[in-house]
Amino acid sequence: MSEQHPPKRPAGDEQGDTQPAKPHQPNLAAEETAAVVSVDTAGGAMGPSAVPASAQSGQLPGGPDTLLRKIFTGSGMVSVLAVFLALVIGGLLIASTDTRVASTASYFFARPTDFLTAVWNAATRSYIALFQGAVFNPRGNSVAAQFAPFMETLTIATPLITAGLGVALAFRAGLFNIGAQGQIIVAGILAAWVGFALHLPLGLHLLLVLVAGIVGGALWGGLVGVLKARTGAHEVILTIMFNYIALYFLRYLLNTPAFQRPGESNPISPILDPSAVYPQIFGSQYRLHLGFILAIGATVLVWWLLNRSTVGFEFRAVGANPKAAQTAGINVSRSTILVMAIAGGLAGMSGVAQVAGTEKVLTDGVAATYGFDAITVALLGRSTPWGTFAAGLLFGAFRAGAVQMQIQTGTPIDIVLVVQSLIVLFIAAPPLVRAVFGLNPRRKKPARAAKSTKAATTGGAA
Amino acid sequence: MTSLRARMKRGSMAGLATVSASALLLTACGAAPEPGSTSSAGASDYTGCIVSDSGGFDDQSFNQSSYEGLKKAEKDLGIKVNQVESKTNNDFEPNLRAMVTAGCDLTVTVGFLLGDATKAQAAANPDSHFAIIDFGYETPISNVKPIIYDTAQAAFMAGYLAAGTTKTGTVATFGGIKIPTVTIFMDGYADGVKYYNEQKGKDVKLLGWNKDAQDGSFTGDFEKQDVGKQLTRNFLDQGADIVMPVAGPVGKGAGAALQEAKNSGKDVKLIWVDSDGFLTAPDYKEIMLSSVMKQMGEAVETVVKEDKDGKFSNTPYVGTLANDGVQLAPFHDFDSQVPADLKSELDQIKKDIVDGKLKVESDASPKA
Repeated sequence: MSEQHPPKRPAGDEQGDTQPAKPHQPNLAAEETAAVVSVDTAGGAMGPSAVPASAQSGQLPGGPDTLLRKIFTGSGMVSVLAVFLALVIGGLLIASTDTRVASTASYFFARPTDFLTAVWNAATRSYIALFQGAVFNPRGNSVAAQFAPFMETLTIATPLITAGLGVALAFRAGLFNIGAQGQIIVAGILAAWVGFALHLPLGLHLLLVLVAGIVGGALWGGLVGVLKARTGAHEVILTIMFNYIALYFLRYLLNTPAFQRPGESNPISPILDPSAVYPQIFGSQYRLHLGFILAIGATVLVWWLLNRSTVGFEFRAVGANPKAAQTAGINVSRSTILVMAIAGGLAGMSGVAQVAGTEKVLTDGVAATYGFDAITVALLGRSTPWGTFAAGLLFGAFRAGAVQMQIQTGTPIDIVLVVQSLIVLFIAAPPLVRAVFGLNPRRKKPARAAKSTKAATTGGAA
Repeated sequence: MTSLRARMKRGSMAGLATVSASALLLTACGAAPEPGSTSSAGASDYTGCIVSDSGGFDDQSFNQSSYEGLKKAEKDLGIKVNQVESKTNNDFEPNLRAMVTAGCDLTVTVGFLLGDATKAQAAANPDSHFAIIDFGYETPISNVKPIIYDTAQAAFMAGYLAAGTTKTGTVATFGGIKIPTVTIFMDGYADGVKYYNEQKGKDVKLLGWNKDAQDGSFTGDFEKQDVGKQLTRNFLDQGADIVMPVAGPVGKGAGAALQEAKNSGKDVKLIWVDSDGFLTAPDYKEIMLSSVMKQMGEAVETVVKEDKDGKFSNTPYVGTLANDGVQLAPFHDFDSQVPADLKSELDQIKKDIVDGKLKVESDASPKA
């Protein structure tokens, strides 16, 4: 994904350059900024981005004078540098774990070219493997096999997108929702139980699985909203603790015969009925399932909710300033409960995607790390629906590519994850990249330096 | 991208490289090898692969043992090896699929959690062979060989040993998570203690596991060593002097608690599981009475060798005392302290179990 990123920047850059730089509003927290911006443009100026292919360009609204636009003004080069920097540092990390590099390093002074070639090969091989595992594998023996990696990316992105939307929606209403993990688990428990314990006709069964999951997630999230609204307890504490409650409750359930396979006592549920699982969109050769279509639907729904509906306007108003919203006649308690319930329902869709889409069983690892990755996805997507969607795809691509990177190059999975985290870190934090290159006098070129300075003064909220 | 290369070159010269600069300098003065001296791994085209569960290959438990077995096969048999670690349960299917695509002749999967994924891939790829550690299928699959262990047999000996060695008349055990591959140790241990009491008319007590109720003490995972330490302290307070933790790395928590007790003058001992703890957990050598070993590495190597020689079968490999798949480890430093009588009794027990005169049964025993 990141390879596609740089060419897209100039377009946004150009548009940005046509806008005169305006004085900026300093130091708003990121999500507040986003909310303020959106309230400003709530008249209908906002539209989904035409190019959601990368995390950053995904959330650029169509309207002219937004703060976000200004943030990205002149940041095209920064993005290029971000990817470049991540690739270099990641490449060196990969090289440091490569056995060939280690062996050639032992005679570095005798023949340095061997060492440098080894470093170069180790890094490029890994990135090629990442691409082949996430987007397109030219070595596949059929067209279907060649596109299999992309399908895998979409599959892994599915739960990330829906859980990310839940987190993003809560962010927009000013709530830091750490609870996606627990919401996925509760949804997974209910959906899986309906899936393996009940035996219903085709169609109805899956529908009920989906409803059970969404309701489960919505209840788990909504409960947090109720506690927050009624008692003022902080949602961060609540959601974290609710995650633990959900996980340990799941572990307890998996130790009861009702959630185990007949005749076995391993903590793993029976397999869901065939009528209870998502159909695979492009046949059994890919894992891609109906849940991805629903994730697209959810993205549209959240976009509509936030930008076109009264409820969404209230969410954003509460997120921007709860006191002002209350004064303006908005029921803040109701908004808090409702937004947490909807966020939980969205995370619940991830739980359903897990048990009815890919895993088809319930284990204590049903939520994997999706609930926490969702937070990064939402932040990377700047808490906008399509930004989250794009960030989910990016994360999905990384997770899918990691398998190939590990197998083809023997890079340890932990290093793969470190490299990917670096890439995300640099993409998500342009000011960091500016600082890195601003401090390096050897790289200074007049034009770029000027741009960097201008960008730096237009706000650091990104 | 050429600038990338230039930059990397400059970067490494300037010491920006994350490769440890000092190590580089210390070792970088060696002579360059002659061109053309390539190091080929082996002559065989056979590829053996392994997919871990989320514990990873450094779990000091079955992932690690199985992986080491495969690496040993790489060295001994000259095969190619491909490995992939799963970080979460979601990785199982993609990882397995990728292994099959990468042309693996035999893919070893580790643990019951991979049971479904292995079954699915085996069905989709009838020409590929699979082996799964610590899990057996109700209905055998033609291209999957389960590698399972009747661990209760060796644990029985450990229980007898513990009961015959204890000074306080109380021994203990605890588990990581209540799953069959853990409780089978505890069942065997409990029966060993019981057998000792019957034979000797003694009343050695066992803490931490009730075989009849199938319930006992668990730490809840295979990670939190401090919980294992706390449990072990509780056992010590209740008078136990020998503890067998069945909890992978959490066993180190038990080791730490026992070592503290030892340092304060108490005569306490530890029984390790899975591997010979005297070698794999040398920090606790001083208190390591023995270990209940599951020879997973050997089993993996054997299965790979059979498959490579074209003798693959889906008959489960069941590790027993008879085939040395499970064993009681040597006493090492405690050798002189274990009475000769007890040693010969243990030998007799082993013989009786192998001959079938002594039946060791557990709910978790492999049904074969």
